[in-house]
Amino acid sequence: MEPFANLNTTWFALIGLLWAGYLFLEGFDFGVSIVAPLVSRDETDKRLCLNAIGPVWDGNEVWLLTAGGATFAAFPLWYARLFNGFYLALFLILLFLIIRGVSFEFRNKVDDPRWRLTWDWVNFLGSFVPAIVWGVAFTDFVHGVPLSPGGRYSAGLPGLLHPIAIEGGLASLALFSLHGLVFLSLKTSGGLAERARRLATPVGAAALALLGGTVAWVAAAGRPAVPGQLTGALPLALGIAAVAAAAAGTALVSAGRDGWAFGATGLAVLAAVGAVWSRMFPAVFPASNHAANGLTIAAAASDLDPRVTRL
Amino acid sequence: MQLALARWEFAVVTVFHFFFVPVTIGLAFLVALMQTLAYTRGDAEWDRLSRFFGRMFLINIAVGVVTGITLEFQFGLNWSAYSIFVGNIFGAPLAIEALLAFFMESTFIGLWIFGRDSLSPRLHLATIWMVSLGTVLSALFILAANSWMQHPVGYKVIGGKAVLTNFWAILGNPVLWGAFSHTVLAAFATAGTLMLGISAWRAHRSAADPGERSAFLRGARFSAAFTCATTVLVAIAGDIQARLMDTYQPMKMAAAEALYHTERGASFSLITIGNLKQRPVFQIRVPHLLSLIANLSWNSTVQGIDNLQASDVAKYGQGSYIPLIPLTYWSFRVMVGAGIAMILLSGWGIWAARRRAGGSLSGTGGKWFTRAAMWGMALPFIANTFGWIFTEVGRQPWVVWGLMLTPKGVSLLTVADVALTLAGFVVVYTVLGVVDSWLMVRAARRPLDSVGAGKVAEGGPVGAEAEVPGLIY
Repeated sequence: MEPFANLNTTWFALIGLLWAGYLFLEGFDFGVSIVAPLVSRDETDKRLCLNAIGPVWDGNEVWLLTAGGATFAAFPLWYARLFNGFYLALFLILLFLIIRGVSFEFRNKVDDPRWRLTWDWVNFLGSFVPAIVWGVAFTDFVHGVPLSPGGRYSAGLPGLLHPIAIEGGLASLALFSLHGLVFLSLKTSGGLAERARRLATPVGAAALALLGGTVAWVAAAGRPAVPGQLTGALPLALGIAAVAAAAAGTALVSAGRDGWAFGATGLAVLAAVGAVWSRMFPAVFPASNHAANGLTIAAAASDLDPRVTRL
Repeated sequence: MQLALARWEFAVVTVFHFFFVPVTIGLAFLVALMQTLAYTRGDAEWDRLSRFFGRMFLINIAVGVVTGITLEFQFGLNWSAYSIFVGNIFGAPLAIEALLAFFMESTFIGLWIFGRDSLSPRLHLATIWMVSLGTVLSALFILAANSWMQHPVGYKVIGGKAVLTNFWAILGNPVLWGAFSHTVLAAFATAGTLMLGISAWRAHRSAADPGERSAFLRGARFSAAFTCATTVLVAIAGDIQARLMDTYQPMKMAAAEALYHTERGASFSLITIGNLKQRPVFQIRVPHLLSLIANLSWNSTVQGIDNLQASDVAKYGQGSYIPLIPLTYWSFRVMVGAGIAMILLSGWGIWAARRRAGGSLSGTGGKWFTRAAMWGMALPFIANTFGWIFTEVGRQPWVVWGLMLTPKGVSLLTVADVALTLAGFVVVYTVLGVVDSWLMVRAARRPLDSVGAGKVAEGGPVGAEAEVPGLIY
């Protein structure tokens, strides 16, 4: 096991990067889909919103598949326990991602207002639900869930929906919406961009409050200590950085500095994932009841052949 | 019960996904071929055809992509014990497949859609070839994972897990190359049969528009020849696979034939009515053919189910190692039958649409062929589906041949959870299937783009292009 220890840590970090990349990218396309009904006045606005993300959404989703595949390859036990345990939550995400994906392609194929409205709703819900469920799941990762020995989670969907996780879900919804509004201000022009910019202030304020609340609550609630874990200061600092970046993004977009604002809201997503990952380490699936029941990097690793790693 | 539901769920999501995959692989290749003909010959007719079928390709790919996401996570959701066992081996090709499928396909499809006017024709042609290459490569990697389950190679079992010892052995697996040629050629034949049905129908009903008629007649001739050639190659690849199956999965071979007793110079059962095991009411058998297929030898021995079961018990312990015989036997025959029908149909198409006939596809003969070609569009889907049912059911009770039994691979879940997700997938997939088919039919009815049409028609809405130029979605 020893020679693989560093390699496995590298894989853990790499998978964290893939998740961060996924949420950064899909975060803004979720956000655009979520806010599109609020900022669109007419059919042209709706199409402008969809066209802003149309060419990139499936490329963005690649990051999820890559993160999933890398987890499967490098930590089969993590992949298995996570998907088996968070079964219905992941099923919900899958189902909504499926209907969302086809909504992009189907919407414009028939020139009929009711047909378009239907797929607009599908596109909205297909982004709204995963945006919340990802936040719930990531808060559960970092806060830990009750596990039986061997890392088995069996409390079902209700067990995932405790108050901290719900706050985390709302935080991700608000943060992605802000990220999407900033992206729309950046990519579109005229009235649409102006409305997105104005809406960014209240949405940004909500994101700050919810994200800040989640960070504070997770830090205060604590979790059974895992041997070898990092000092609590690092994840806390990253969490605070995420809140600060979201605040900066909100201020920058209302000042008309869209490019910088997009960088800032993106940084908020990245720092939040960094906070989750650094607080989980060296566990991959931490337990909220007994630390020993959680899965660690070493226990979950498949010890991939170094040749595959190079590949 | 939970195991049965999990198996049904996997069957449903895989079979549904595989309605779309071969169309995507096949149409990408066909459209690339037609666009190449348009480019090298400066031929407007090929250009119109490539746009027409390109639009169908785009409608179809969306459902194929999103249903593929389900499959990547299906292993962890319902088959987590299996995932733990094979992760070290299975994860790498799966991740590579996902990367290729999405990075290559989505990038180059984007370039192909948006670059029709901005890229040079040569570069634009290159993008569709890259799309085609991406689809074929992702087929290679996902089949590498599946072939490993049929015939595990390049591994060691350490601490209850299969651990990769040789990545190249996985890519060099003979079962992989048999399955890869068979599957990709079948995908080409699938798209060819679709194109033949649609072209024949459109040529037949566009008597009033000579331009369309001439283009679709050309499409019919081209796709008939293409389908005939690729389906014959599918059969040849299948024949090679049969010998590999006899070597590596003799039980599957015996089950395909419902051959209970080991035979020398075994005959091939064409069709059986009545009980497969004891006394069939009626059957047709071709003497010596099974031995010939299995071993390329007139009098070679083909092992029977009973003997294989006895030797498997000696090898793996008590239990039944026999797959569901009627399903294995009949799915094999349905696949082969549909394939033969495709060869006949496309052969008829070559004759019916031949240039020499002048008024080809018209008159009574043309009418009958057009009808047959339209109904014949179901054939590749039947063959593909039953081919996979045969391959996967014939592997049972193993999920990984000789290493892990299917019941051992399942997740720890409640029946209600699995039932809920199964119901959810069935409902959503049914709706998607209906909408997609309806859109495909609409696209098949559309007139061809006029000569030299711009890019707006590519993915854009009918009639709404004028409002905001450049908006694709």
